[in-house]
Amino acid sequence: MILKAKVYSKIFAFKSLKEVMAKANEEKSGDELVGIAATSASERVAAKLVLSNLTLEDIYNNPVIPYEEDEVTRAIYDGLNLRIYQEIKSWTVGHLREYILEHKTSGDDLAHISRGLTSEMIAAVAKLMSTMDLVYGSKKMRIHSHCNTTLGVPGTLAFRCQPNHPTDNVEGILAAMKEGLSYGSGDAVIGINPVEDNVETVTRLLEMVKNFMTKWEIPTQNCVLAHVTTQMKAIEKGAPVDLVFQSIAGTQKANDAFGVNAAILDEAFDLIQRKGTATGPNLMYFETGQGSEVSLDAHLGVDMMTLESRTYGYARKYHPFMTNNVSGFIGPETIYSGREVLRADLEDLFMGKLHGLPMGIAPCYTNHMKMDQNDQEMGTLLCAMAGSNFFMGVAGGDDVMLSYQDTSFHDDASTREILGLRPLPEFEKWLEKMGILENGLLTERAGDPSIFDK
Amino acid sequence: MAVANNELEKVIIQSVLEELAKKGLLPSKGKDHVMSSAMQDTPLYSNTSSEEMVTFPPLDEMQISKPFNADAVKAMKKSTPARIGIGRAGARPKTMSWLRFLADHAVAQDAVFLDVSDEFLKQNNLMTVQSAVTSKDEFLTRPDLGRRLSEEAVKTITEKCEKNVQVQILVVDGLSSTAIEANIPDLLPALMQGLKSAGIKVGAPFFVKYGRVWVQDPIANLVKADVIVSLIGERPGLGTAESLSAYMIYQPNEKTVEADRTVVSNIHKGGIPPAEAGAHLSDVVQQILTAKASGVKFNQQK
Repeated sequence: MILKAKVYSKIFAFKSLKEVMAKANEEKSGDELVGIAATSASERVAAKLVLSNLTLEDIYNNPVIPYEEDEVTRAIYDGLNLRIYQEIKSWTVGHLREYILEHKTSGDDLAHISRGLTSEMIAAVAKLMSTMDLVYGSKKMRIHSHCNTTLGVPGTLAFRCQPNHPTDNVEGILAAMKEGLSYGSGDAVIGINPVEDNVETVTRLLEMVKNFMTKWEIPTQNCVLAHVTTQMKAIEKGAPVDLVFQSIAGTQKANDAFGVNAAILDEAFDLIQRKGTATGPNLMYFETGQGSEVSLDAHLGVDMMTLESRTYGYARKYHPFMTNNVSGFIGPETIYSGREVLRADLEDLFMGKLHGLPMGIAPCYTNHMKMDQNDQEMGTLLCAMAGSNFFMGVAGGDDVMLSYQDTSFHDDASTREILGLRPLPEFEKWLEKMGILENGLLTERAGDPSIFDK
Repeated sequence: MAVANNELEKVIIQSVLEELAKKGLLPSKGKDHVMSSAMQDTPLYSNTSSEEMVTFPPLDEMQISKPFNADAVKAMKKSTPARIGIGRAGARPKTMSWLRFLADHAVAQDAVFLDVSDEFLKQNNLMTVQSAVTSKDEFLTRPDLGRRLSEEAVKTITEKCEKNVQVQILVVDGLSSTAIEANIPDLLPALMQGLKSAGIKVGAPFFVKYGRVWVQDPIANLVKADVIVSLIGERPGLGTAESLSAYMIYQPNEKTVEADRTVVSNIHKGGIPPAEAGAHLSDVVQQILTAKASGVKFNQQK
């Protein structure tokens, strides 16, 4: 394993693969906070050069966190198809990049080698890619999943309607949900973040959404994004749950801080298959984000991007219906600017897809970052071009419960129009029946929440 | 919330317009400039001495052109602070809701990125010390440094502050300078008066620039106070940038954790009004002194 590189007259030597992985990253404040980022532009390129020459076998033999010490590492290695890995282990990371980009390599080809790639290999190749590389590679991969409806159908773009309320007020949530639906948002899921993490609140919100879905015959899924154990208690008590949600991270230590581990997720996955309300087979919903391990002081000296990739490796065991990042939500100490968020969003989309996950993106930001709505909208359009399966839908882009900004109902409808994308097929039929959409365009009636109030 | 920001919005828009005019991007005198059909006949810029100014329409104004059920829309808007019933231009937001969003974000960003003014600190008799942070960028990206004091701060506090007091109050900028300037003039006198009338020995309050919550721990050890109260600016939302929190700790040491702190948050004119909060905090501090504990340990004793 050669860990030394010469960039013109300067020689750079690295001590470990872990160091190379960190220093090959584009600039992000979290890697700098931890003290593992490249200290010069030349060193960054030297790390990329070293990485491009390493083989997939080198990476396989040097997991950034040992197998014995970390459950996430074990999930990644235990889930690997060793036969496929053997076929490609002699490839360099540089070769893998070119293979992904080649015209003759199809989405199916990528889905095949995906089974033989560890999360560190996937992170490594993304570190060699530019913005357009990431969009180009991501666009090839189209990952389907099915809960009540099918997500990821070519030519579609779906949205999670996210009608959060600062006090979980049912009327307020209902109002924002109607607003979202009237803009065509909500085909991925109607997913609410509750303020109160308890069985009563979660059950009340699940029932409210489910009843509304039944009354208006809306083809979608419901989900309340409480802690997984709260949702499990609600399911046991008979609450109607289509999708079970959990936030996850790329180290066992960070997942411990989230109060989750493989045993709990296994149990949740088993429970939703036996007692959930949805068709399936994909019944889980995960959220992730670069920097969560840093903010929990659980990064173990590994860079944020590699940890994010490991999170996807952890998720794929559960065949989720949907997975999305919230990298822009964590804060400026991990991702500082609009530029850093855009990069992270494209990396996450690419890495998630190469893991075979039905990825969506939350191109979001908080008010203490150097980012604004213009950056956010650039991120949304780039990720849509790269074939993100879905985005969020928040009233006016302002989440009044979580205090951050994400894609608005307006952005959702606009992105579909700009790129000629349609809602998921069953949902589009429903929108047409409701008179909200016609030939893929909003009608006169659209954007009015009172169409549900006769 | 946004209604409360109306005055601030006006000031912001006015100053933006003035800037644009200075740069020659707007006609500085003469004919009225018309921004859009939504604002026709509204003079955008005339002269600064005029009383006329552009501002946002009331939040409850109907924005949907032909609502199916106008009463239902009104009721829905009352049920949530979310930006619903805001209408559209094509699939894009209407001009006024877009500009209102920009104004709310601008207010939030200014709260984070602008400093508490020297004039304000002088008016409120607050001596300034600085954390180990040297710039706003560093403050945002290095939370660890915002929890420590600069060498100069240690020296200043050691030389100038009264020692062995029962209570030391800190004003800390945190993530909102706006929250400090909006609340401290009412909050701090109310709190000081409450404590003094209860016969509690309080050190002279001072200001910590680029400070995080944990900076109270090293200060407690320098001034040897039983209770430290930090009045710190919260991360602004789009709803308000004025929200302030009070973090209280009883005799912190190296083993102190987050759960050892007692917190009162949401102090602002739309939440717990500052004068009322001052009186409330004075009661809480007295209870902490009696209990000789803060945070979870304090709650368990109640």
